[in-house]
Amino acid sequence: MDLGAIQPAVFTAAIIVSATPILLAAIGELVAERSGVLNLGVEGMMITGAVMGFAVAVTSGNPALGFLAAAAAGAGLSLAFGVLTQFFLANHVATGLALTLAGLGLSALIGKPFEGMKAPPTPRLDLGPLSEIPYLGRALFAHDPIVYLSLAIVAAVWVFLRLTRGGLVLRAVGESAEAAHALGYKVVRVRLLAILFGGACAGLGGAYLSLVRVPQWTEGMTAGAGWIALAIVVFASWRAGRILIGAYLFGGVSVLQLNLQAAGADVPVALLSASPYLVTILVLVLISARGTHGAPAALGRIFHASN
Amino acid sequence: MIALEKRPQPSRGWTAGAPVIAVALTMLAGGALFAALGADPLEAIRVIFWDPLFHPQFAAYSRPQLLVKAGPLILIAIGLAIGFRAGVWNIGAEGQYIIGAICGAGAALAFYPSASPLIFPLAVLAGAAGGFAWGMIPALLRVRFGTNEILVSLMLVYVAEAVLASASSGLLKNPEGMGFPGSRNLAQWEATANPELVAGTGMHWGVVAAFAAVIAAQVLMARHILGFQIQLMGAAPRAARFSGVNAARITLVSLGLAGALAGMAGLFEVTGPAGQITIDFGSGYGFTAIIVAFLGRLNPIGILAAGLLMALTYIGGELAQLMLGLPAAAIQLFQGMLLFFLLAADVFANYRIRIGRREVG
Amino acid sequence: MTRAGQSVLSLEGLTKIYPGVRACDDVSLEIAAGEVHALLGENGAGKTTLVKMIYGLVQPDAGRMTLRGAPYAPPEPRAARAAGVAMVFQHFSLFDALAVAENIALGMETSPPPRALAQRIAEVSQLYGLPLDPARTVGTLSAGERQRVEIVRCLLQEPRLLIMDEPTSVLTPQETEILFETLRKLAAEGTSILYISHKLEEIRALCDRATILRRGRVVARPDPRQSTAREMAEAMVGGAFDATARARRDTGEVALEARGLSLPAPGDFGTALRDVSFALRQGEVLGIGGVAGNGQEELLAALSGERRAPRGAVFLQGRDVGALGPAQRRALGLASAPEERLGHAAVPEMSLTRNALLTAAATRGLAPRGMIDWGAARRFAEEVIARFDVRTPGPEVAARALSGGNLQKFVIGRELLQTPVALVVNQPTWGVDAAAAATIRQALMDMAARGAAVIVISQDLDELMEISDRFGALNAGRLSAVHPVGELDRERIGLMMGGAHDMEVAHVAQ
Repeated sequence: MDLGAIQPAVFTAAIIVSATPILLAAIGELVAERSGVLNLGVEGMMITGAVMGFAVAVTSGNPALGFLAAAAAGAGLSLAFGVLTQFFLANHVATGLALTLAGLGLSALIGKPFEGMKAPPTPRLDLGPLSEIPYLGRALFAHDPIVYLSLAIVAAVWVFLRLTRGGLVLRAVGESAEAAHALGYKVVRVRLLAILFGGACAGLGGAYLSLVRVPQWTEGMTAGAGWIALAIVVFASWRAGRILIGAYLFGGVSVLQLNLQAAGADVPVALLSASPYLVTILVLVLISARGTHGAPAALGRIFHASN
Repeated sequence: MIALEKRPQPSRGWTAGAPVIAVALTMLAGGALFAALGADPLEAIRVIFWDPLFHPQFAAYSRPQLLVKAGPLILIAIGLAIGFRAGVWNIGAEGQYIIGAICGAGAALAFYPSASPLIFPLAVLAGAAGGFAWGMIPALLRVRFGTNEILVSLMLVYVAEAVLASASSGLLKNPEGMGFPGSRNLAQWEATANPELVAGTGMHWGVVAAFAAVIAAQVLMARHILGFQIQLMGAAPRAARFSGVNAARITLVSLGLAGALAGMAGLFEVTGPAGQITIDFGSGYGFTAIIVAFLGRLNPIGILAAGLLMALTYIGGELAQLMLGLPAAAIQLFQGMLLFFLLAADVFANYRIRIGRREVG
Repeated sequence: MTRAGQSVLSLEGLTKIYPGVRACDDVSLEIAAGEVHALLGENGAGKTTLVKMIYGLVQPDAGRMTLRGAPYAPPEPRAARAAGVAMVFQHFSLFDALAVAENIALGMETSPPPRALAQRIAEVSQLYGLPLDPARTVGTLSAGERQRVEIVRCLLQEPRLLIMDEPTSVLTPQETEILFETLRKLAAEGTSILYISHKLEEIRALCDRATILRRGRVVARPDPRQSTAREMAEAMVGGAFDATARARRDTGEVALEARGLSLPAPGDFGTALRDVSFALRQGEVLGIGGVAGNGQEELLAALSGERRAPRGAVFLQGRDVGALGPAQRRALGLASAPEERLGHAAVPEMSLTRNALLTAAATRGLAPRGMIDWGAARRFAEEVIARFDVRTPGPEVAARALSGGNLQKFVIGRELLQTPVALVVNQPTWGVDAAAAATIRQALMDMAARGAAVIVISQDLDELMEISDRFGALNAGRLSAVHPVGELDRERIGLMMGGAHDMEVAHVAQ
């Protein structure tokens, strides 16, 4: 086994690429959950985003269009969740599961003709002299625009939740829909917007998988990334900043295990390929053992304005 | 203006009728989907829902498949439904199913090539134990640390798949398999074979177990105090605690039971229809069973019917693939839509629609 | 006193119909500038619906509103606030996890930047004697402080009309007096106040005019300063009703005892119990008062067994039951009825038969060897329904379909028919109509007369004075010394509720 073959700069860059899909999905889900909505359909929205992004990018030859289509597809699917939970008052958990199951089927259906194709390359953002910096340039400043977009979204969500009135209203709705309603806030509208944002982010994250990280379409390619994003929201105690830590930590684990597999490390392959999931479980246990503080009080509760 | 208004009491008619409406709506939407895929919608619906049972040429093959597919779905869904009733969201049945199959197969293969009649019962027990153990992981973590069982049970599916990959190309690999991954064929080894019990029905031991589970679960939920406590915990956790229900115990029981049933389902599958442990042994029954559980209203008898219906869509889907060239994934989407429509129709059990907001001035 | 100023709000023929009920039926009233106007009525009389219409949460089906001479029909609370109408809610309008300043900002149309807001909060709270720390998390505040947040939130908008929904239910008598000072000061400055209550003495002390609603209609417009409380009460209820009859009771052995019971707070915003001690004899009713959120729920949970108590802290007939769960304690004769009926004392979606089984499975032998005898459970539910006059079509009706009073009668009846040695109830008549409340109080007293020990936890002091033999108050999780009711007056009670104990031991606060 040869760990020396792992170059720090390449390794860091790989972590970022590997973390970005989950980062996007998790930050979207964070916003939805802060509004009191528990959408377990992240996996379904991600994979739908992955296939739509891939299909549109391949057909049009333009990855940017692909990412847009992925965001729209994720948001579209999340709208189904929103309608069911907000208007039909369906159970959040069951509806989220339905979304995931339907998304997996939908994506397999759409993706059939695209199997084995190659995605048009997503160009990296030209940051000029920054990317020339030794080590740091390669690790941090030689990525595609989506990586920077994901970071910008995290920062924007942080600012939005912390400093703006809209963010305050969103948090209020997630704490107590009844109280927010009594003050005259449109609970359903706020939640629908949060759900759509979550869907669009998950779609983007999925497209990042199929267009940049892999880059190919294979059935079921998200392989639980959406669920890991959900776990990262818990890990982050529903704070935007910590999502970043969670996603990069997870990215680190997946890249490390891939590298170890490639290097032929003396660890059973099964253990290595299961390690991202085992680490997620471990993190969940550690967080919950400490007591899950920060969960929005109304998370997953159905709200019906009785009159 | 359309408004929802809470019913003073849940409507029984709607609770029972919602699945029927959901199936009808799914057929409509599915028909549109098939039309979009270039198939004649009416023909597609007929191929999926009618031909598996009555097609002059294929029915002889496909009719027995109904019980073969429904068996594991029902067995798993029964366990899941008990947990869902208690508010314990085990969505990792697929993992419990895989681990059950591996443990059962492993226990049996340890005695290869013995022909002892005890091997099959032993394998069943080992399968149940494996699924039970896999289910106990999220249960214990939830009870001990308050860890979210949804995420843990789901993560364990991926871990189980890694274990499966390793087992089928390592520990359980057939030494006489000429290097191909996959275990010995358990269906062809007399000691473990789980054959069709009545020719032409598809009935094997797993189907028998599924029927037994339906009856036992019906008694548990309708007549036993434990079943009542399970329902209390799901309906109103505070009231359950006030009543004296031990939430930890219910969590352990419902996840353990679901795991054991899923594990048994895996064992019956690997010794019968599947025959051997292979890398693609996990076929998604554990996830489809979630739909079956909901479609059956979390009620054992309902699950029996829902399992048969869902099995029909599986077989019909295969037929449609063969006869109309519809992609297999279309059926998966079809099943997902079914759950969607069901959840939407469910609102009317507890709410009624009121149109217009003024009645008299 | 209409002459005090010109009309601020006038309602004409306001009507709101829900399926099966006329929540408000042709209600008219007039509020003048600087007037404190009382709106009186029982639960379900239509008070809440009426103010929801004024505040824009509900739109009337018929009728007109006029605010300062202009037609007024707020489609949503935002519009009401913009028009100068503010409301202090009884429940559901604060966000526990958010800071005081954030809560206040949410109630304003346009909130100033945080620093300016904090400054204004400081100014207003200074001016009206309502001290507040803008940075505190609301969940950590006491009920009285939470109310201050709501009032300051309203005052920052300089309202013309302030609606207050049952504001004193969470206050001690002393805090109530302070609130009244604030309200009088506001009225003197020209703010009109619509004051909703069913506490008649308060209304006599504070209000200029009163409107009484019954079943959605205006039934009387008494002058609160001239009418007696009894006259107003009869108008509210629609006839005279019997006061509870107090049978002479003999007290016996100690039935239920707490010795230095301490328990940490459950969750982030709960109250810890600190060193709670009392000894309750057979045939005795112990009333426990206190402002909401001072450990009432926690005390009930510790006695019912929902939370286990440390060894040597809870005794039933001399036996340490601290380590036992609710079912085991019930089997030994310790019954309880928590405050929240839906979701705690009863399961809303389940039938009354199932709800009867909820606590009586073991004591009434409804599930021999684990198999439920549904016939017996149904008969037990029917017995509760018959004996306690629960108005329902039958035992297969879901609990949530019952009115508050009927469900409460069912819950209390369910416990009483298990003939407990001791019974602990929290807020037995909260949100219950007067007739049902009288039935419930009578049932509790009859139970004591038959030799049971009864603890009534309540925020209704009048109720506690009526039925208790001895009284103690909870404050921040501590129980005051317990005194015979005859020795107490309102002022003394107020001090007990406020935490001033007469045995002045220095508390080593943790």
